[in-house]
Amino acid sequence: MSVLVYTESEGGKFKKIAHEVVAYGHGIAEMMGTTVTAIAINGGDASELGTYGASKVLEVKNGDLEKFSAEGYADVVAQAAKAEGSSVVILTSSANSKFMAPLVAINLEAGYVPNVTQLPESTSPLKVKHNVFTNKAFSVTEFMTEVKVIGLGKNTYGVKENPTSATAESFSPSVDTGGVKILSVDKATDKVTIADAEIVVSGGRGLKGPENWGMIEDLAETLGAAIACSKPVSDMGWRPHSEHVGQTGKPVAANLYIAIGISGAIQHLAGINGSKVKVVINNDPEAPFFKAADYGIVGDAFEVVPQFTQKLKEFKAQNA
Amino acid sequence: MKILVCISHVPDTTSKINFTDGDTKFDTNGVQFVINPNDEFGLTRAMWFKEKQGASVHVATVGGPETEPTLRKALAIGADEAIRVNTPATDGYSVAKQLAGVVKDGGYDLVIGGRESIDYNGGMVPGMMAKLIGANFINTCIGLEIEGNQATVVREIDGGKENLEASLPLVIGGQKGLVQESDLRIPNMRGIMQARSKPLHVIEPVDVAAETQAIRFEKPAPRGTVKLVDNVDDLINLLHNEAKVI
Ligand SMILES: Cc1cc2nc3c(=O)[nH]c(=O)nc-3n(C[C@H](O)[C@H](O)[C@H](O)COP(=O)(O)OP(=O)(O)OC[C@H]3O[C@@H](n4cnc5c(N)ncnc54)[C@H](O)[C@@H]3O)c2cc1C
Ligand SMILES: Nc1ncnc2c1ncn2[C@@H]1O[C@H](COP(=O)(O)O)[C@@H](O)[C@H]1O
Repeated sequence: MSVLVYTESEGGKFKKIAHEVVAYGHGIAEMMGTTVTAIAINGGDASELGTYGASKVLEVKNGDLEKFSAEGYADVVAQAAKAEGSSVVILTSSANSKFMAPLVAINLEAGYVPNVTQLPESTSPLKVKHNVFTNKAFSVTEFMTEVKVIGLGKNTYGVKENPTSATAESFSPSVDTGGVKILSVDKATDKVTIADAEIVVSGGRGLKGPENWGMIEDLAETLGAAIACSKPVSDMGWRPHSEHVGQTGKPVAANLYIAIGISGAIQHLAGINGSKVKVVINNDPEAPFFKAADYGIVGDAFEVVPQFTQKLKEFKAQNA
Repeated sequence: MKILVCISHVPDTTSKINFTDGDTKFDTNGVQFVINPNDEFGLTRAMWFKEKQGASVHVATVGGPETEPTLRKALAIGADEAIRVNTPATDGYSVAKQLAGVVKDGGYDLVIGGRESIDYNGGMVPGMMAKLIGANFINTCIGLEIEGNQATVVREIDGGKENLEASLPLVIGGQKGLVQESDLRIPNMRGIMQARSKPLHVIEPVDVAAETQAIRFEKPAPRGTVKLVDNVDDLINLLHNEAKVI
């Protein structure tokens, strides 16, 4: 009956996208006249999910699920959906959610629509709007299955509070993590990732060379932002491939995207259109990026960026 | 080792996206179609297995006759045989179901798909297919080695990477990193000539009901014009008071 949301956590703490997906689930549950149940695998404090609208939290504590396993996690979510009789199951757009969602869908004989951007147009039949053509268009898609799996696009619905008292219930599914084994994980834990970041500072070929990234790093640090780059920058090895954003790189759905020395080619814009506010710093007033941005400064990055960082530090000190 | 590379036939990355028939159909007018970039990285990695480990490489697509030039391009790059399942690609599930049939019939050890197609961005076909045939599945692969029956895989995760191991049969969702941009191959004249005589099998689809249906497309609302400022103080002020993002 209830709407089931999969809430991601890391190191026993819920991620911000877990809050957003619960809030979104609450929105759908209201439209359907039902409640939200969250499934939390080795997650955080259940009452925290109540803040955003979960009435029940199914808590799974299991050592075999310590590391992420798409197969294992998908199976647990499917078992929870069956136990709850949920006809709507909601995941996010994180790499792990996108990995497991198709498996959940097959398991539940459910249709799956990813990159959903807002509450459904209708719930019976269920029609959702989602990004297609790498953010160049939307599709309104109708589910024709009994059970439906929705992937919520990051930062599309927002984190909204719907204070509810959440009851925690322990859930003990059968666990089978399948044939894929994790040997090791390399992950910088001290850096904000592009996927999690609220603010992303991105540099392009206009920065001339890798030695000039110091000022980008300073700006990013001042803003608590993640660092990204255009494709040529990663192709030339100035920055790691993991920072390449765009149609063939990572998508960026941040609150604020600051593009420095990036021309704004269609393939670049496709990947960052999911961001709310875009700022461009470019010395060419004709750069196409200005047509896609909210705010811009026509100027030399080597002058503007250090000033920007300096003034931001002063601003932060005043508003602290 | 038998490898199948699943190829999605997609509009070139520079395409303008428009719709026809009352915004219910993608307008292919003047659109150039290409091998989905994620699939091209996978295909190029498959060429390495062919050349270094003697693998045979087939490519498959689910689509109408208009997708054949894309398959021929894959043959020109070096695939041995192509398969086209003769039905329009509707939803991700039905495509996965068609491909699952191809994989079962062909007895492939390794199936390489892309992390997502750049048209419908479903990111679902390889995962669904793997689950349907009961094979191991790893997504967002940026490194792949095969030794006997065992695959070692590097997967990109948010903020880093993961090293994994799985036995064949395996389905992967690949992307850049499987090979580098500079490894991609532009078909040469000899490849193009050979591709003409390589087998392109057209097979009839299995019966399957779509699970989702696109009923209408929309384009993003045109945006307001950019606000240009000439100093960083004004910018900080706008970001704080107007956009409320800092
Ligand atoms: C199949 C395909 C896929 C692609 N996918 C992607 C993708 O995913 N992501 C992506 O980013 N690109 C992608 N591209 C590449 C894309 O077409 C552009 O080539 C690329 O985005 C340009 O990068 P850039 O803006 O950093 O460099 P350029 O286009 O060289 O622009 C540099 C900019 O810096 C400005 N500049 C120069 N000096 C200064 C200065 N001192 N201060 C301020 N500004 C300065 C210039 O005015 C210019 O606008 C793809 C291309 C193809 C063909
Ligand atoms: N019509 C199709 N024919 C063959 N393979 C496809 C088709 N559609 C998608 N795929 C494969 O599935 C991957 C992911 O596609 P999607 O789920 O549509 O994002 C693509 O990169 C292809 O490898």
